[in-house]
Amino acid sequence: MMDKTYTVALMGNPNTGKSTLFNVLTGLRQHTGNWPGKTVTHAEGECRHRGTLYRIVDLPGTYSLYSNSADEEVARDFLLFQRPDVTIVVVDATALERNLNLALQVLEMTDRVIIAINLMDEAKKKGIHINTKKLAAKLGVPVVPISARNREGIDALLDTVDAMAHGRINTNPLSIRYSPEIERGIAKLLPLVKDVMGDTYPARWIALRLLDGDTSLLQALKQPPQPLIKEGNAYACCGSVKSV
Amino acid sequence: MPAADLSNQFDQLMNEAKSLAPADTREQIVSAIFQTSAALSQECVTHTAVAKRDRTEQIDRIVTSKRWGFPIMLALLAAVLYMTIAGANVFSDSLARLFGTIETYLTMAFQAIHAPDWLHGLIVLGLYRGTAWVVSVMLPPMAIFFPVFALLENYGYLPRVAFNMDRLFQKAGAHGKQSLTMAMGFGCNAAAIMSTRIIESPRERMLAILTNNFVPCNGRWPTLILLSSLFMAAGYTGGWKTFVTAGVVVAMVLFGIVVTLTVSWVLSKTALRGIPTHYTLELPPYRRPKIMETIIRATLDKSLYVLKRAVTVAAPAGVITWILANLHIGDTTALAAFAHWLDPFAKALGLDGYILMAFILGLPANEIVVPILLMGYLSAGALIEADGLHSLKQLLLDHGWTWLTALNMMLFSLLHYPCGTTLVNIYKETKSAKWTFVAFALPTAIAIAVTFTTAQLARWLGLV
Repeated sequence: MMDKTYTVALMGNPNTGKSTLFNVLTGLRQHTGNWPGKTVTHAEGECRHRGTLYRIVDLPGTYSLYSNSADEEVARDFLLFQRPDVTIVVVDATALERNLNLALQVLEMTDRVIIAINLMDEAKKKGIHINTKKLAAKLGVPVVPISARNREGIDALLDTVDAMAHGRINTNPLSIRYSPEIERGIAKLLPLVKDVMGDTYPARWIALRLLDGDTSLLQALKQPPQPLIKEGNAYACCGSVKSV
Repeated sequence: MPAADLSNQFDQLMNEAKSLAPADTREQIVSAIFQTSAALSQECVTHTAVAKRDRTEQIDRIVTSKRWGFPIMLALLAAVLYMTIAGANVFSDSLARLFGTIETYLTMAFQAIHAPDWLHGLIVLGLYRGTAWVVSVMLPPMAIFFPVFALLENYGYLPRVAFNMDRLFQKAGAHGKQSLTMAMGFGCNAAAIMSTRIIESPRERMLAILTNNFVPCNGRWPTLILLSSLFMAAGYTGGWKTFVTAGVVVAMVLFGIVVTLTVSWVLSKTALRGIPTHYTLELPPYRRPKIMETIIRATLDKSLYVLKRAVTVAAPAGVITWILANLHIGDTTALAAFAHWLDPFAKALGLDGYILMAFILGLPANEIVVPILLMGYLSAGALIEADGLHSLKQLLLDHGWTWLTALNMMLFSLLHYPCGTTLVNIYKETKSAKWTFVAFALPTAIAIAVTFTTAQLARWLGLV
C-alpha cells in the first residue's frame, strides 16, 4: 500500500514570500513578484521529505479571513472544507504585528499550524530581532524562522511539517479573549453550533463568525460540496484528492 | 437529514446569533485581534539600531510624490524601451543573416535530394522562412525588454505605479485596485483578468475586466516596439531615432491608459453606476531582486514562452498561409481573395486587407499577428531574403505602407478585442456570455472608431 500523501497549505498576508517558499519547496517555477495580489488562485505542487510525499497548496495572500473578496473566500474555504494536514502561515518578519492578525485567525480555525517567519534576513538588516521560542510558547504552535529566497531554515521547516503531519507535535493554539459581550454570545451559540454541525468544523470560530453576521460563510456551510464547484477547474482538482 | 430541515436549522442559528450580537461586533472582534497581535509582538520583538531612516520610505517620498511620481514613471518606461530598441537593432540583423545563411543550405539540400518544388515551397518558403522572420524580429526586443521589466517588478516598483494611478482611477469612478490589475495587464491580460478577484465589488471588478485590454501585454509589446522603430522616427538618426521610437511607444501606453480611464469613467456613469469603495493599498518594501535569477527566469518564462507560443502557432499558420496563398480560385489565390475582400473596410481604417486578416486570424494569440501578416505578404509574391529590419521595412513599403499604416496598426493592436485566452478567462470569471461579448465588442468598436478617425484626419489634412 502506498503511503499517505499529506496536504500542506501555505497561507499569509500578500507579499510575504509564500510563492517563493512554494517554489523552494516544490521546485516549481510559479511566477513570483514583489507585489501584493500575485497569487489569486491557488497553485499546487509536490514535495518529498524523509520519504513522505506532501501536496503543497499555495493559497492567495489575504489580510483576514472575513471573506471580503473572492480570494479571501478561496483561502477560508480551503481551510474549512479541505482541512489540510498542516497549514503553514508565512509571516513577514519585518511586519510581524500586522501579519500576526491573520495567523491568529488561522489558529482559531485549525490547530495544525506552523508559523514560518519569513524574510529573516531582511529583518536582521533592519535591526529587528524576534524571539521565536517565546513566540512559539505564546502562540502554542511551532514557529520556524526562515529566509525562503536564501533557502535558509527550509529543512527545519520541513522537519516540523513532518513531525506535525505524523502527529508527533501537540499544539495548544492561543485562543483570543474577546470582549465579555462577545464571549457570552459565543458561549451561548457554541452548543447550538455543535448540535447542527457536529464536530466537523471549528465550533468556536463558527460561532464567532455567526455573531459577526458572516452570511457568505453560512451559505458555504449550507452546501459544503458546492464551494468546490464554484471556483471551476482550479478547485475541481482539489476536491477529488480528499473528500470533504 | 433533509436539506430543507438543515437549512432551517442554519437559519435559526443565524437568527439566534443576530439576537446575541452586539451592534459593533466587527469592531470588537477586530480590536481584540489587534490587541493580541500588538501584545505578542511587544513581547517577542526587539529593535536594535534604528539609526537610519527606512530607505523604502525615503525612496517612496520621491517616486510616489505628486510632483515627481508621473515624470519618474514615464522616464523609467522610456528608459526601458530605449534600452530595448537600441539593443534589439544590433542583434536582430545578425540573427536574420544567420537564418538567411541556413535557408541557403536548406534550399541546396532540397535540390540535392531532388525534392519537388511544392515541398520546397511549403517547408522552406512557408514554414521555415515565416518562422525565421518571427524569431529574428521578435526575439531581440523580447530578450531585452522582459528581463529589464521583471527587474523593475521584482524590485517592487509596480505597486508604486498603482499608487500613483490610484487617484485617477478613483476619479474615474473605479476602484483604486484597478490600477494594480492594469499593471498586471502589462504582462498578460489573461492573467490580469484572474487578478481582478482582488476587487471586492462586482461593479468595480467588471470595470477592471472590461478595460484591462487597453494596456499592451507581452504579446503586443513586440508589435508596438517593432512598428515604432521601423516607421515612427524615419526623419531621425542615431540616438535620437531610438529616443523618438521609445517616445512613440510611451505615448501609445499613455493613450491606452487614457482610454482605460475614459471608458471606466463613462461606464461608471452609465451601465455600471456606483460610488468607488475605499481600500488600503500596501506598498511593499523595495527588495533588491536576485538579479541573475530574475534575468534568467524572465528570459525562460517570458521571452521564450512568448516566442514558443508565437512559433508553435506561427509555424502551422505559416503552412496554412502558404497553402491559402497557393490555392488558386480563378485567377487569384484564396489568401489574396480574403485580403482583397477585407481591403475596402481596412483601407478606411488606414490599414490594408492583409493587416486586418492577420488580426482576425490572430485571435488565438496576439503574438502571431505580425507573423501572419509577414507570411501573408511574403506569400503574395515579394519573396525577399529575410535579412533583418531593413528588408522588413522594404517589404512593408512594397505593400504600400506609410507612417499612417504603422500608427494605425499600433493603435488597432493596442485597442482591439482581447485574445482568445483572455476572452475565455473573462467568461470564466463573469459567467456571463453578455459581458464577455461586451468585453469583445467594446474594445473593437473603440479600435475601429479611433483608427477610422486618425485615417480620415490624416488624409483630410493631406498628411499622407
